[in-house]
Amino acid sequence: MAYVPIADRGQEMSHPHSWVTKYVWSQDHKVIAIQYSITAIAVGVVAMVLSGLMRLQLGFPDTFSFIDPNQYYQFVTMHGMIMVIYLLTALFLGGFGNYLIPLMCGARDMVFPYMNMLSYWVYLLSVLILMASFFVPGGPTGAGWTLYPPQAIAQGTPGIGAGILLMLISLGVFIVAFTMGGLNYVTTVLQARTHGMTLMRMPLSVWGIFTATVLGLLAFPALLVSAIMMTLDNLIGTSFFMPAMVSMGELNEHEGGSPVLFQHLFWFFGHPEVYIVALPAFGIVSDLISTHARKNIFGYRMMVWAIVGIGALSFIVWAHHMYVSGMNPYFGFFFATTTLIIAVPTAIKVYNWVLTLWRGNLQLNVPMLFAIGFIFTFTHGGLTGLFLGNVVVDLPLSDTYFVVGHFHMVMGVSPVLVLFGAIYHWFPKITGKMFSETLGKWHFWLTLLGTYSIYLPMHYLGFLGVPRRYFAFDGTDFIPASAEAANVSITVAALIVAATQILFFINVIYSLFYGKKADPNPWGATTLEWQTPQNPPEHGNWGDELPRVYRWAYDYSVPGAKQDFIPQNVPPEAVEKAE
Amino acid sequence: METILLFIAAAIVTCLTYLWRNQITEKPWLTAGAIEDDASGVSDEIDPAARTGLMVFLAVVTSVFALFISAYFLRMELNDWRPLPEPGLLWVNTLLLFIGSFGMQAAWNAARREDKRGIQNGLLIAGAFTLAFIGGQLWAWQLLSDSGYFVYSNPANAFFFVFTGLHAIHLLGGLWVWLTTTHRLWSGAHLETVGLRVELCKTYWHYLLIVWLVLFALLLST
Repeated sequence: MAYVPIADRGQEMSHPHSWVTKYVWSQDHKVIAIQYSITAIAVGVVAMVLSGLMRLQLGFPDTFSFIDPNQYYQFVTMHGMIMVIYLLTALFLGGFGNYLIPLMCGARDMVFPYMNMLSYWVYLLSVLILMASFFVPGGPTGAGWTLYPPQAIAQGTPGIGAGILLMLISLGVFIVAFTMGGLNYVTTVLQARTHGMTLMRMPLSVWGIFTATVLGLLAFPALLVSAIMMTLDNLIGTSFFMPAMVSMGELNEHEGGSPVLFQHLFWFFGHPEVYIVALPAFGIVSDLISTHARKNIFGYRMMVWAIVGIGALSFIVWAHHMYVSGMNPYFGFFFATTTLIIAVPTAIKVYNWVLTLWRGNLQLNVPMLFAIGFIFTFTHGGLTGLFLGNVVVDLPLSDTYFVVGHFHMVMGVSPVLVLFGAIYHWFPKITGKMFSETLGKWHFWLTLLGTYSIYLPMHYLGFLGVPRRYFAFDGTDFIPASAEAANVSITVAALIVAATQILFFINVIYSLFYGKKADPNPWGATTLEWQTPQNPPEHGNWGDELPRVYRWAYDYSVPGAKQDFIPQNVPPEAVEKAE
Repeated sequence: METILLFIAAAIVTCLTYLWRNQITEKPWLTAGAIEDDASGVSDEIDPAARTGLMVFLAVVTSVFALFISAYFLRMELNDWRPLPEPGLLWVNTLLLFIGSFGMQAAWNAARREDKRGIQNGLLIAGAFTLAFIGGQLWAWQLLSDSGYFVYSNPANAFFFVFTGLHAIHLLGGLWVWLTTTHRLWSGAHLETVGLRVELCKTYWHYLLIVWLVLFALLLST
């Protein structure tokens, strides 16, 4: 049988007829993207509430009797795990990956729509399993989001019964869901691009999501492997990770296991995970900046190479999370060197964003504000990363609030700003409605200034030596009163930022029902998703014929052209000349 | 961690070679216009998506096994490690899996000849011997447990059970596809639609045979 390229196949899709097949058991990548996004944001709100409770305890100790030390650790653990995996990974790849890949590549759908649908429902299952752990006896695990053994499954840690088990099972189920989605994203990018869409004509959003998916497919197995081994240690008494130790006055049943083995496996996943979240953010923010600066992205090839290079490097830096676990000094030297080398491609990207802004025709609308905000927060978070990448600096700072400030800046605030920017940017395409600019700007400024008021003082607390992970600081004389005042102010800022997010939900929900009807291409963007025949695009995306691509994604303000953008599907002879 | 790093290095080289062959050095801002012969944008790649999907999936599975093997080497260095005697039955099981993989190859060869009877015979051999292999592995578990080598009594035992169990789970997943393919074939599906499935099954079975040979060699040599 002769092989027919996907782009040349007729429309073989069976369109759904009932409400259930259209919106619930949907195989349409756009509906699945929205399902993923709503679930991820909902579980993210839970994690945000948990962080608020943590801040209440830290800002006003001895005030809230309903927060005890065990609960505090449970909040810390669940907040971290939910934010990193169930919100950021799922929203960038399951949400934006699903929505953007087929539309930006000019495909009708993902190549395996049924598996794509399964991916979402299995993801939802993993979220439900995780949420169930709040309601089991003993509550969720309080082992910290890194789940280090032996304490993760040793007596004395909250949630060592059902809590840790549900966490491990939920992670396993999540990885199955991610693998099903990831196979789709990679194969769709490789096999289902439309005519003319060469790899180097793909928008950087697709490059970022694609590379992050490849990283995820190779790195998530490390989490799966460690989860399987820890489950066995926990349930049937093997000793992969669990050493012999006296716990609560009793000798445990294990012998000889290696907790450091777990750390290696965990961080072999954990460090690429940072880039699984960061690379899609890099890609999306590049597109936002280029579109709203009405200028082609500066150094497109370098941007692509930097994404690929960062992805490759991310596999050989994992042990920089383990300096304090003790290691051969030569290893420390090696991992410090590779860690600092990552700064090179990352700095290239930051320079290129700034150079794209340089003398651009900047449109300071809401998506652009979030994109520029990202450049600030990411640079600040990245620079403190240079501190912590060095062994001698990391050792004293590792267990302090400096690290909390660093990673929240670089992989908390920064990707979240991109997510908000991306939601505002594609809102007119996804819903067909415009959002309120005023509310969006309030949301941006309060969030940006608020998060700075939260995380900048944390670096100062870190320099003072305030330890992280502590429930309260009673009897720690070295902590000055100013640190306590800073904690109060951080808590107030955190509550304000949390409340500010209500503006976002009001804006989205109000605009969805009462927003002005959106133009099909309100930003004057070049990429294919803005050129669909209907707005929002229908099942199958492109009507009878797939678009043909004639140019790269960044033909903005081309000299001699009448309009300041030329969509990717406009052939050279059809470009209107300026008069 | 050498094993997983070797695999990641191989994966990175593969990705970079692919990107290089697909003009990652092109300057797209200079080349506006239609592009000739660019079926689905992937100019020199004419594989169906399912084949690419399977290859990516096999990369994920390799990552899982490479990580387990890395963990095996790291854990082996600690002084409580006591190697266990591998039952001789494993040699018989290996032969069974060989025949199963051979059956898949025969089915695929028959599919290329469009010989329905040949596909049926090949699939039957593959399924029967793979099931026999899994049964044999369970028997090996039983033998070990009977002689006091429980999963929890030593990390070497634990790794043995995890390796064989994980491998068998992957085979069971393959058998599910085998079952649906066989069902389709017997209920009169068109040969062309079955052909791709048989081909993918063949690749998967050969892959799992190689994984088993690597694991078996590792268990024997340590």
